[in-house]
Amino acid sequence: MIEIRIHGRGGQGNVVAAYLLAAAAFVEGRYAQAFPNFGAERRGAPVTAFVRIADKPIRRRCQVLQPAFLIIQDDAQLHVPGILQGLKPGGGILVNSNRPGEELSRDTGQAVVTLPATSLAMEILGRPVPNTALLSAFLELTGLLPGTALIEALGERFTGTVFERNRTLIERAGTFVTKSGWEEQIHAESA
Amino acid sequence: MTQEATIDIARLRRQQPRFSGLESGHRACLGCGEALAARLVTESAGPDVIYANATGCLEVFTTAWPESAWRVGWLHSLFENAAAIASGMEAAMKSQGKPTKVIAMGGDGGTFDIGFQALSGMLERGHNVLYVCFDNEAYMNTGVQRSSSTPHSAATTTSPSGKVSMGKRHLKKDIVTIVAAHHIPYAATASVAYPSDIRKKVRRAMAIDGPTFLHIHSPCPLGWGHEGDISIEVARLAVQTGLFPVIELERGGLAGSMPIRHVRPVTDYLKLQNRFRHLFADNDRAREELEHLQALADHNIEFYGLRGSQPDALDTEGADTVRRGGLRWA
Amino acid sequence: MLKALEGSQALAQAVGLCRPQVIAAYPITPQTHIVENLSKLVADGQIDCELVSVESEFSAASVVLGAVAAGSRAYTASSSQGILLMSEVLYNIAGLRIPLVLTCANRAVSGPLSIWNDQQDSMAVRDAGWIQLYCADNQEAIDTTIQAYRIAEQCDLPVMVCVDGFTLTHTLEVIDMPDQAQVDAYLPPFDFGRKLDPTNPLSIGTLVSPEFFTEARQAHHEAVMNSLQTIVTAADEWGQTSGRQSGALLNVSGPAEARIGILTLGSIAGTLEAAGEEFPEAPATRIIKLRTFRPFPAVAIREACSGLSDLVVLERALSPGSGGIVGTEVRAALSGLPEAPRVHNFSVGLGGRDVPLDIFPRLHQALRIGSGKDFAILDLEPDKLSADAC
Repeated sequence: MIEIRIHGRGGQGNVVAAYLLAAAAFVEGRYAQAFPNFGAERRGAPVTAFVRIADKPIRRRCQVLQPAFLIIQDDAQLHVPGILQGLKPGGGILVNSNRPGEELSRDTGQAVVTLPATSLAMEILGRPVPNTALLSAFLELTGLLPGTALIEALGERFTGTVFERNRTLIERAGTFVTKSGWEEQIHAESA
Repeated sequence: MTQEATIDIARLRRQQPRFSGLESGHRACLGCGEALAARLVTESAGPDVIYANATGCLEVFTTAWPESAWRVGWLHSLFENAAAIASGMEAAMKSQGKPTKVIAMGGDGGTFDIGFQALSGMLERGHNVLYVCFDNEAYMNTGVQRSSSTPHSAATTTSPSGKVSMGKRHLKKDIVTIVAAHHIPYAATASVAYPSDIRKKVRRAMAIDGPTFLHIHSPCPLGWGHEGDISIEVARLAVQTGLFPVIELERGGLAGSMPIRHVRPVTDYLKLQNRFRHLFADNDRAREELEHLQALADHNIEFYGLRGSQPDALDTEGADTVRRGGLRWA
Repeated sequence: MLKALEGSQALAQAVGLCRPQVIAAYPITPQTHIVENLSKLVADGQIDCELVSVESEFSAASVVLGAVAAGSRAYTASSSQGILLMSEVLYNIAGLRIPLVLTCANRAVSGPLSIWNDQQDSMAVRDAGWIQLYCADNQEAIDTTIQAYRIAEQCDLPVMVCVDGFTLTHTLEVIDMPDQAQVDAYLPPFDFGRKLDPTNPLSIGTLVSPEFFTEARQAHHEAVMNSLQTIVTAADEWGQTSGRQSGALLNVSGPAEARIGILTLGSIAGTLEAAGEEFPEAPATRIIKLRTFRPFPAVAIREACSGLSDLVVLERALSPGSGGIVGTEVRAALSGLPEAPRVHNFSVGLGGRDVPLDIFPRLHQALRIGSGKDFAILDLEPDKLSADAC
């Protein structure tokens, strides 16, 4: 079972990101579970979302305490104590940031991959919603699911220009990271 | 010490203490109209007040335990009973012979709908309570569901636009008239776009011994679908189109109104908000709904006599911008 | 058909498949998405029903009472404060024998204020005379909702389908959604025998003196007791239609040789089952997932506990000043039995506190240590208690 934790703020779409990732896994015939941990509705409030992907039914309902991967939708959140807590040794961290990964890796003492997801989203969607770009990079890094699965899941939620632009964004974002850069972690989890 | 011939007004203003009942550091969204309105109300009401707050955005973003943004005595009980709680507080102050004023606060949900019964009871019994309704026109804290304050044809999650729906079917409930029909000494509407007017109305209500009611139009950027930095502009347009008349009622009769010098068409207001986006589709139903809303606005202007008769040099977009200290930065 | 759906979305679709004619609900976190999804289906013409936007939960319950009394299939949903606000109406609905289905998106009850998941709300109205069914996952939630209409309309009793708020309502998972044909075959159109009808005038809700009240209450009590059989049959028949069985009254899992059992309600059952595998060094444990709480299936519980030396009742509510609610009832059901297990009663996950996998070894450790107390909150963090809290 692969467990992922996605950190973001209300309005950045990290709950939708979790749902999309789970839906993409479903497209590929896997079992999946995704849920948020938040308080009252509020733009800008910190929101955590969890995703589990497995090849058998997932019965546990608790929060993901030891994720194999972290996706952080706002690099300012790296300063929040505990945000990296529980990450498995060698686990992958993908951060939405304009800064290079090496810089954030130095700052945090952990291996961080960055993606300028907000800038890409502004360019292609015209809105600062980084979630689909981050998901695309995540899938590219892990090889967990093909990008087509994500696009199909997206198509069930969005139509028209929103869908088309997101599709372009997904294709573009994938080129920013090393394909299968995190393949090792995936194999460790699936073993 | 030398005698100064002139008085430095600016310096005096800086020295003049302003009571801060609601402190900064709370968790409201960017551009929250309700947060601004609550600050203005508590500022003008002063320190000798205790508050009863209904469930909703205000109590949630101000009191995440163990912190509170309130510098005044404050109690949140349930969604439907702010007016009843306030009634009890007022009875207690009376029984103790204390002059401390009681203020009840609720959103449109807690006032127009679930709290309506308690409000009516409080007004009918004549409690010395100021009830303030922060109206953002839907149940915002639970995720933008319609209330009876939601304007006609606005989209919310429980009155979405769709193939057979054009948003909320029903009209916005005319709360201030219903409240005024309880023959209370003072009931008024106000808007966060006119903060001095709010302050004036709060002071007026505080000075009255008896039930008073303030209905403050407060934009919610998230729920209305606009950016937080144009909340004031949106609120002002609601008033300038006539969709939100700013009036005062005493014992049920109209005692005052804020004139609109330059009446704006409703589309100027509606087009800024995503919740009315479906009204700008190219079809007959959408056009029909726009006409309905324009008719509502026109009716309000006629009914309350809102058309201002003289031109006002200060009442222009440019003058407002200068007063607010410069161009809006993107 | 398999779909990846958020729990609330699936519930809304399931309700739609049951062809409700009147829906009235007042928004309250975490039930909101159910009603929003239903509103969208109605706005798009996919469900043909009257959607009444009420001004409070009290009215929501009253509107659906009136609708059913007038002969229409109805639906409402609520949580927490809303369940309590409508509680007077809930007693009224049950006592008047009005068949209705209500989703309770389980949430803690103020004070203190909480929007997160526990089961204090549905437990608070356990004596209202409703059938109460608890769902452990979203598949069970939609299957139970469909069965609920069948049970309600056959027994003339209202059914509360309890679904953990946020934990289930806001979780997206893979769900097998039935199609309209399957549901239509299973649920005949609503035909209420005592409906208000000008051609057959009836008076409903009359004043009943001490001369007759006892018998009326007995009839109600018997009806709820007898619904046990209908619950079992409804589950069996839905099992045949859908190919899924989730245990009508309760579901037992775990190794046959287990001498320790854990009885619980709702979604933490899934976590406990997973934990059994995650901690193979822990003692063999039988997991009893209680689905039907009202009527209270005493016989089934006694059978499920047979052979156990210790039974843990793990619940998400409590009665301040007394202790566990489910635990107290289970103890009573097992008392006097030869070789009844020792009952250990704990609450956990109150106010939405996460119940992690390691609750399983912690539970076993608590059993080994033994507290001698009838009841305790298992995941209490004592350093957070202030000195003058009590």
